[in-house]
Amino acid sequence: MSFFDGLKFRRVDSAVHLMDPRVKFFYVFAIFAVAILFYELLPLIILFFVQIPFVILARVQREWIRSLRGAVFLAAVIFGTNLLFKFIYGGYSLAPSDLEHASAMTLRFLVLVESFSIFFLTTSPDHLGLALEQSHIPYEFCFAFTTAVRFVPVLAEEAQTIMDAQKARGLELEKGNFLKRIRNYIPILIPLIISAIRRSLELAEAMESRAWGAIQKRTNFYVLMLRKADYSMIIISILILVMGIYIRFNVPIPSFSP
Amino acid sequence: MIDVKRVSFTYPNGTEALREVSIRVRDGEFLAVMGQNGAGKTTLVKLFNGLLKPTSGKVLVDNVNTKDTSVAKLARSVGFVFQNPDNQLFCETVEEEISFALRNFGFDESRVKRRVTWALNLLGLNEYRKTSPFMLSGGERKRVALASVLAWDPKVVVMDEPTIGQDHRQKEKLRQFIIQLNSQGKTVVIVTHDVEFVAECAPRIVLMSSGRIVAEGSSKEILTDPETLTKASIVVPQITQVFMGLADLGFQFDVIDLLSAKKLLSERLIKK
Ligand SMILES: Nc1ncnc2c1ncn2[C@@H]1O[C@H](COP(=O)(O)OP(=O)(O)OP(=O)(O)O)[C@@H](O)[C@H]1O
Ligand SMILES: [Mg+2]
Repeated sequence: MSFFDGLKFRRVDSAVHLMDPRVKFFYVFAIFAVAILFYELLPLIILFFVQIPFVILARVQREWIRSLRGAVFLAAVIFGTNLLFKFIYGGYSLAPSDLEHASAMTLRFLVLVESFSIFFLTTSPDHLGLALEQSHIPYEFCFAFTTAVRFVPVLAEEAQTIMDAQKARGLELEKGNFLKRIRNYIPILIPLIISAIRRSLELAEAMESRAWGAIQKRTNFYVLMLRKADYSMIIISILILVMGIYIRFNVPIPSFSP
Repeated sequence: MIDVKRVSFTYPNGTEALREVSIRVRDGEFLAVMGQNGAGKTTLVKLFNGLLKPTSGKVLVDNVNTKDTSVAKLARSVGFVFQNPDNQLFCETVEEEISFALRNFGFDESRVKRRVTWALNLLGLNEYRKTSPFMLSGGERKRVALASVLAWDPKVVVMDEPTIGQDHRQKEKLRQFIIQLNSQGKTVVIVTHDVEFVAECAPRIVLMSSGRIVAEGSSKEILTDPETLTKASIVVPQITQVFMGLADLGFQFDVIDLLSAKKLLSERLIKK
């Protein structure tokens, strides 16, 4: 569950934390778009390192590394399947370029995880809800969204307890072959899903008993405003986006493999 | 025997849950861990089967350091019943639920069958054998959870808050059940806030407060000592309070359970 830990918001007093979530979202979008544009290794490496200053600026290095570590398993799966398909379609042999391609695909995934983790690590659920509301999204959807985000750490904690409870009954998660290992997670997923459903029903009842939705037009105490840092972030994101598109169409990209 | 030697434990988020705790649970002992919310009780007992490993110090279970072995291996001798049964129930029937751990421990099928029947009978769950655990009431689910642990006959049974959500009758049954288990030689450790329940069971008590053990001793010693109890935000049992109020009539006040209270009072009444 360390992966969820890596997405858990923690209040830190930093410039990145204070930024408008919409701006940060735009940044994630820019990184996302550029990462999708490239399937070569070099630009993805650059994209990976370009983001590190933000992590340091936000002082969330430790959590960020944890989220990457949590993504390692999926990354390995992506690497493996890419290699496998190259192997099968390449007439049962592998060229160095195939290795490069698989690495690039894995790195693309990691770049996405990296930018999402920067976003979630530095954006409080309240901020996020506010941003959605101010983008004129109906309040019901905003509320559903923020609640979902808020429940992620709660669920992660619950998953940990369930894992402990099943381990105490002799369940060994890391035992057996690949399929068996996936099956090992059933005793954890079922209680988790049931409790999530139960919790959501309880939440609905609690909300109704507190007259949720009685007032049609809501006002907010806090209103998001764009600041200098937000404008710089927008400019940086646009630069990344424009440069990415320009390089994609006008610059030949060197390859590592002959 | 479980030997906790100068153990400190800090959660990854930096919460210091245990500070230099030392305690020994002897074979066949009946122990209650008490203390206020957040005192570190659950953390302490999770060390017993290796779910948590000490940050410093060591925990020995039958002379094996919990750091050197797996939870699955330790669980074979230290059974742990979680506070919330919903954290573990996942099978379609109560029967399968109880078999789960037995299969994990590699019992053969005939032995699994025998143990399941035994556990079902022990906790009066036989009629629910083929029922889905999710259809049962909260108290019944708790009993299923307990049965699923007792089924593999661990040497030590740890129960976290076993009395929560149980009505008086179930509590009484649970109490008799625990005493029976203990008298059959099982080591029983319970974590609880329920003073009256502990007073009636009379185990050895370990009192915790902010990650430390503040007192240790027999039920009589601890539960009649208001000063010590206050440190752990626990109040003296009601019976003891009554007898403390009667002290000027010459009553001894180290009385914690109903039975001896009744005896003392009726002796006095007959004398009159
Ligand atoms: N998974 C966790 N991560 C971080 N801190 C935790 C975790 N579990 C417990 N704690 C903290 O450790 C301390 C001890 O918790 P513990 O659960 O052992 O208390 P407890 O005595 O069992 O309390 P209760 O009576 O409420 O069950 C508390 O301050 C708690 O907030
Ligand atoms: Mg507890």
